[in-house]
Amino acid sequence: MKMTKTLLATTALTLAGGAVAAQEMADSMTLVSWGGAYQNSQQQAYVVPYLEMNPDVSVTWDESSNEAVAQLRAMNEAGNITWDLVDVVASDAIRLCDEGLAMEVDHDEILAPGETESGEEVDPTDDFGDLIVSDCYIPQIVYSTTFGYRTDMVPDGAEPPNDICDVWDLETYPGQRALERRPINNMEWALLCDGVAKDEVYDVLATEEGQDQALAKLDEIKDEVIWWSAGADTPQLLADGEVFMGSTYNGRLYSVIEEQDQPVGMMWDAQVFDLDGWIIPEGLPEDRLNRVLDFVRFATDTQRLADQANYISYGPARDTSAPLVPEEMKQHMPTDPANSENTFLYNYEFWADYRDDIDAKFQSWLAQ
Amino acid sequence: MSTSDVVITETRTMPYGFTCGVVAAAGAFFGLFVGTAQGSGFAGIALGAALTAALAYLAMAYLGTAQERSFKWGVIALFAVAGLLIGGLPGLIVGGLFGWFIGWFIYWVGRCRYRMTLPPYLTGGQVLWHYSFRVLCGAIFVFLITPILVVMPLSFNAENFFTFTPEMLAFDPEGYSLRHYRNFFDSSEWQQALRNSLIIAPIATLLAVTFGTLAAIGLSQPHVPGRQVIMAILISPMIVPLIISAAGMYFFYSRIGLQGTYLGVILAHAALGIPFVIITVTATLVGFDRSLTRASANLGANPVTTFFKVQMPLILPGVISGGLFAFITSFDEVVIVLFVGSAQQQTLPWQMFTGLREQISPTILAVATILVGISIALLTTVELLRRRSEKIRGMSPG
Repeated sequence: MKMTKTLLATTALTLAGGAVAAQEMADSMTLVSWGGAYQNSQQQAYVVPYLEMNPDVSVTWDESSNEAVAQLRAMNEAGNITWDLVDVVASDAIRLCDEGLAMEVDHDEILAPGETESGEEVDPTDDFGDLIVSDCYIPQIVYSTTFGYRTDMVPDGAEPPNDICDVWDLETYPGQRALERRPINNMEWALLCDGVAKDEVYDVLATEEGQDQALAKLDEIKDEVIWWSAGADTPQLLADGEVFMGSTYNGRLYSVIEEQDQPVGMMWDAQVFDLDGWIIPEGLPEDRLNRVLDFVRFATDTQRLADQANYISYGPARDTSAPLVPEEMKQHMPTDPANSENTFLYNYEFWADYRDDIDAKFQSWLAQ
Repeated sequence: MSTSDVVITETRTMPYGFTCGVVAAAGAFFGLFVGTAQGSGFAGIALGAALTAALAYLAMAYLGTAQERSFKWGVIALFAVAGLLIGGLPGLIVGGLFGWFIGWFIYWVGRCRYRMTLPPYLTGGQVLWHYSFRVLCGAIFVFLITPILVVMPLSFNAENFFTFTPEMLAFDPEGYSLRHYRNFFDSSEWQQALRNSLIIAPIATLLAVTFGTLAAIGLSQPHVPGRQVIMAILISPMIVPLIISAAGMYFFYSRIGLQGTYLGVILAHAALGIPFVIITVTATLVGFDRSLTRASANLGANPVTTFFKVQMPLILPGVISGGLFAFITSFDEVVIVLFVGSAQQQTLPWQMFTGLREQISPTILAVATILVGISIALLTTVELLRRRSEKIRGMSPG
């Protein structure tokens, strides 16, 4: 660890000083991401410009972020790390960091300083702020899990749904719902609609009775729910008109509405924020580590994070990137003031502690 | 019923009650679908049964065989117009097809034509079983083939979803496009995956065929010690669950530096293919006359010449079909390659697998359609080659 720290320090120093010493850098990288529109936005905003500057480098994508934790464990066991940079959600980053599978980084050293519109420099730790949820985590974007609904299936005379509890209102809004096949988010939404105050949700959910209360609330709509497991499921179900409304990541809904031109509307109420970002696997050989650090420094600077918003409606993780986001994209961002009137803060620590128990309970409830 | 069929049993007019009953049952069956689509299944059953029974009575009691042709056209026109009114252009086609079927069915049942090709002494039960057996086989066939057939039109979808759009159902050219095929040929990821598959599968097949054939010939010698055990070990990749082999190979290949290399994936796929070759070649060797090799040796040929000139041509069908299985195993394989390969060795099935999970894009359907086409072409070619070689060598009279 000490060795890596020293190495990091020297890397940062040489880069910061602009005096690039003779450094071994690997000429290929394997980046791991989620595929689809999101990976494409990373390709366009980070990789294409990076390859223009470094034409002899080749980049390969592996669409395996979904099972990143398991794969990194296996790679570690086999002593054969084939990935160079891995895109994961915050909770996975925390787990990987705890298990020593991800490399701890000093954000101020390895990342470029933020640049405000007036040209001032901001320390990366201040620029990313609270979003650095783990010492291993280099956040890229803020996304949210929220609902989309078929605008043409809203009953005559009814308002379009604009309240999370409309998901439970089968009388006003008949039709099937798509919910994710896991307790996270669903349990919180259920409690919110069962009269639990927002700041008490996790206290209630920590008790047996609270969990039963959430499941009882979900029971009310269970017969009308199609359970999804991949982010692409809900867009497909909405496009088919198979469901009236369904939860998914806001970028997927953006693509359904703006790019595929489907009659779908967004319901932002009680959207749940989450993060996506990079981790560097522990134990990379020196030449590959140097290449990755060089890439990460470039790919997470103020301009690059703002550029990504040209391709997908996820909010950049740096404060300094926000003003650079294109005007027409701002209205689709989960962080836009009009959209974030009522948001729900996802509690990583709660789920890290309770996930296994509640997962088991949820799955057995599903099977009933 | 084509006229060339041999008539074994004379036709006759069946009792009207029987004809009308059977035809009404068929009408009710189809009426159920139309009725359900229109909102009431029961009304559909009743209407379908009544309408077709009335048509059957009309045909049998008044028109007879003399006006069969005009009756059938009339029925087709009737249902086509009804379909057009209910469902537009697609309804017209479906209605026409149904009209054609029911017109034929009325005369087939009513004139007892279903017994024409059967011996006259069969009982009613035997005749019923004769046709239910065929219907059952057809139903199983439909069950197996429908998912593949549904994929094909969907791959020409103009939308980015797995959905039959209203434009598609109305046969509007606007609803169809080749964009997903274009996407397949334009996307560097798909092209890389295609290239990887086309590198890995043939080499793995070649290795599997070579080693598998040699193993099968060796193991067919009676004097090899521990034949059964060796055979069991060689066949084991087929029996052990794939995920176990994959995990084992992953850790083993990682140690020796083969994980994430083309060689590693090729060797792993060859190991999967070898059992298929061994089994098919062993099966053909059972019918192989050993005195031929002795005769060849007697004439002065060494074992290698004997193998290529005498043994190989005779077991070739087994070798080819084993090789075909080995090729398809490698070409379709996703579990092993996910473990043993790394992102550089992404094959088509890998790309399809991740594509399905992360983004449901019809490009996958376009690729699936192309692959089905390739498979059909491959199997047809091999079958034609096999027949040709059999004909040349006079092994079959065809």
